[in-house]
Amino acid sequence: MLNEHAKLNPKVLDADVELALTRDGFGNGVVEAGEKDKRVVVLCADLADSTRAEWFQKKFPDRYIEMGVAEQNMAAVASGMANYGKIPFIASYAAFSPGRNNEQIRTTISLNNVPVKICGMHAGVSVGPDGATHQALEDIGLMRMQPHMVVIVPSDNEEARKATFAAAFNNGPTYLRFVREKTPIITTPETSFEIGRAYYLWRDESPQVALIGCGPLLHEALKAAKALSEKGVRVSVVNSHSVKPLDTVTILEAASEAGRVVVVEEHQVAGGLGSAIAEFLTQVHPVPMEFVAVRDRFGQSGTMPELYKEYGLDSTAIVAAVDKILKRT
Amino acid sequence: MVYLTEEKELMLAQKARAVRETLIQMLVAAGSGHTAGPLGMADIFVALYFHILNHDASKPDWPERDRLILSNGHITPIRYATMAHAGYFPIEETLTLRKFGSRLQGHPERERLPGIETTSGPLGSGLSQASGIAYAARMDGLKFRTYCLMSDGEQQCGNTWEAAMWAGNNKLRNLTAIIDRNNIQINGMTESVMPLEPLRDKYEAFGWHVIEIDGHNFEEIVDACEKAKAIFEKPTLILAHTIPGRGVPEIEFDFHWHGKPPKKEEAERFLKQIRTAGGKVKGEYA
Repeated sequence: MLNEHAKLNPKVLDADVELALTRDGFGNGVVEAGEKDKRVVVLCADLADSTRAEWFQKKFPDRYIEMGVAEQNMAAVASGMANYGKIPFIASYAAFSPGRNNEQIRTTISLNNVPVKICGMHAGVSVGPDGATHQALEDIGLMRMQPHMVVIVPSDNEEARKATFAAAFNNGPTYLRFVREKTPIITTPETSFEIGRAYYLWRDESPQVALIGCGPLLHEALKAAKALSEKGVRVSVVNSHSVKPLDTVTILEAASEAGRVVVVEEHQVAGGLGSAIAEFLTQVHPVPMEFVAVRDRFGQSGTMPELYKEYGLDSTAIVAAVDKILKRT
Repeated sequence: MVYLTEEKELMLAQKARAVRETLIQMLVAAGSGHTAGPLGMADIFVALYFHILNHDASKPDWPERDRLILSNGHITPIRYATMAHAGYFPIEETLTLRKFGSRLQGHPERERLPGIETTSGPLGSGLSQASGIAYAARMDGLKFRTYCLMSDGEQQCGNTWEAAMWAGNNKLRNLTAIIDRNNIQINGMTESVMPLEPLRDKYEAFGWHVIEIDGHNFEEIVDACEKAKAIFEKPTLILAHTIPGRGVPEIEFDFHWHGKPPKKEEAERFLKQIRTAGGKVKGEYA
C-alpha cells in the first residue's frame, strides 16, 4: 500500500490523477532560490521558454544571462561565475548539456569543483516527437561517473521544485534531470526531500521484490505495485531520486527485506541508477536484479505512451520484470 | 601599476632569466612536460606577476585580486616557476613538478595549489571561464581585472570562438586576453596544420579591441595591458608575438620542442645559454 509516512498525493493511483511539468518545478524552485539568495544566477542556451529559465528572467532580469546556442561556453562561463562566488544554474536540453559540453563540465566544473547546477531538460524517450537526437538516455551515467558531481532525478513537479531549491545550497557541482511531458503528481509539499535520502512510496508486509526507481517512471512502478498486489504479489517501491549520493542505507534495507530488486529508470541500462545500485549491492548484499530501462538502443519519434511501451518502460513491462525475477529464484 | 622605469625593466629581465633557469631545472627533474611554450611565455608571466597584476602572494584568496586565468594549462610550469619566484611557495618545491603527491600537477588544479585560479589543460575553455569571472565581477561592481592567457593553437577550438562572441557581445571591458602567438603546435606550424590568420580581423569582427606586441619586450607588454584599461567599450585582446623556446637559442622556433623536456646534458647547455642571455653576457656567473 502507499506509504502514508511519505504524505503522497492521495489521488496518485486514480485514473484522473493531476498532471504537471517537472520543468515547471524547476522554474518555481529556481525563483525561490533566487529570492533567498542573490548569488543565484541562471544561464540559458536559447531555450528560456521551454526550460522555464524565463520565469527567473522575468523576476530577476539582471541575474539572467543569455548564452545563445553555445552549451560549451555556457558550462565554462558558469564555471567562472561559480569560481568567483555566484551560484549558477545552466539550463538546456540534456542531449546538449551535459551531452555536448561533457568535457567542459568534467574539467571546469567537476574537477575544478565549483558549484554549477546543470539542469538537463527533455531527458529520456518521453520527449516524444522530436526523436532520438533529442532523447538523452546516457546523461545520468555521464554525470554520475564524474567525481564531486551530485545527481538528482526528481519524480514529479513538486519534487523537482524541492530538488532545485536544495541544489542551490548544497555547495557543489550538481546535475538535475527533468522531462518534457506532463507527468502524474506523486508527492505533496509535505513529502520530505533531502539530497541523498531515498524513501518508500509503497510498502507491503514482507515484500517479495523491491522496485527502486527515479524520475516520473516511478508512477508506472506504483501502478505496477497496485496491479501486483491485486494478484497477491507483495512489493515495495523506493524513490531513489538521488542517484548520487546513493542512499545506501535505505537501498540495502529494501534489498535485504525483499531479496530481489527491480530498478526502473528512463535511461540506458548501462550506467544509470540500476548500475549504481548493482555496483553497491553486489559488494554488500548480492541479490537477483532486473532492469527496466532502455536496452542499448536509441529512441525515435512517437508519443510518450507509445515509446514507454516500445522501450519496455511502462507498468506492464515492470510487472513482467517482477514475474521474471520471481521465476528466477 | 605604473609605466616601466629603466630600473624596473632591468629587474624584470633578471627575473625572467631566473625564472627560465628554474623552468629548465623543473623540466629535467620531472622528465616530461613542455619546453618551448613555457620558455616563450616567461617574459609575459614575469611582467604580469612582477608588475602588472594587483596580487598578494600571502593572500591568494583576496577577493579584490586581479584574476589570471591560464587557458592552455600545459604551459603551467612557467606559471609555477614565476609564482615561486613571486613568493607563492618555496622555489625548491618546483622540483616536485609532475611527481606523485605534488601540488604542482602536470596540468594545474585549482584545489591543489593556492593561487591557481582554475583547473585547466583541455584547450578552448579558459576564455569562457575568464569571461564568466569578468561578468560576475561587473555585476557586483568589483574593480579587479581578469586576464586570460591562451595559446594560438587553441584558436582552433570552437569553444574559444563561442567565448569570444559572448565576451564581445557583453562588452567585457574588465577582461584582457593574451594570445601566445608562437606559431607552433604539436603537429607543426599553425599555418600549415590549420591556419589561424587573420587573427586580428577575426577578434575585431567579434567585438574586441586588438593590440599586437612583441611578447618579449617588457615595455610593450606593460603598455598594452595599461592601454587595455582605457578601452571602455570592449574587451581587449593582446596578440603577443613570441618566440617558442625563447632564451635558449638552439631550440628557438623549433616545434619539436613543444611537448618534450630537455635531457640532463641538454639542460646544462640550455642553462648556460639562459645565464649568458644567448652569449651576450660574459663572466663568472655563466
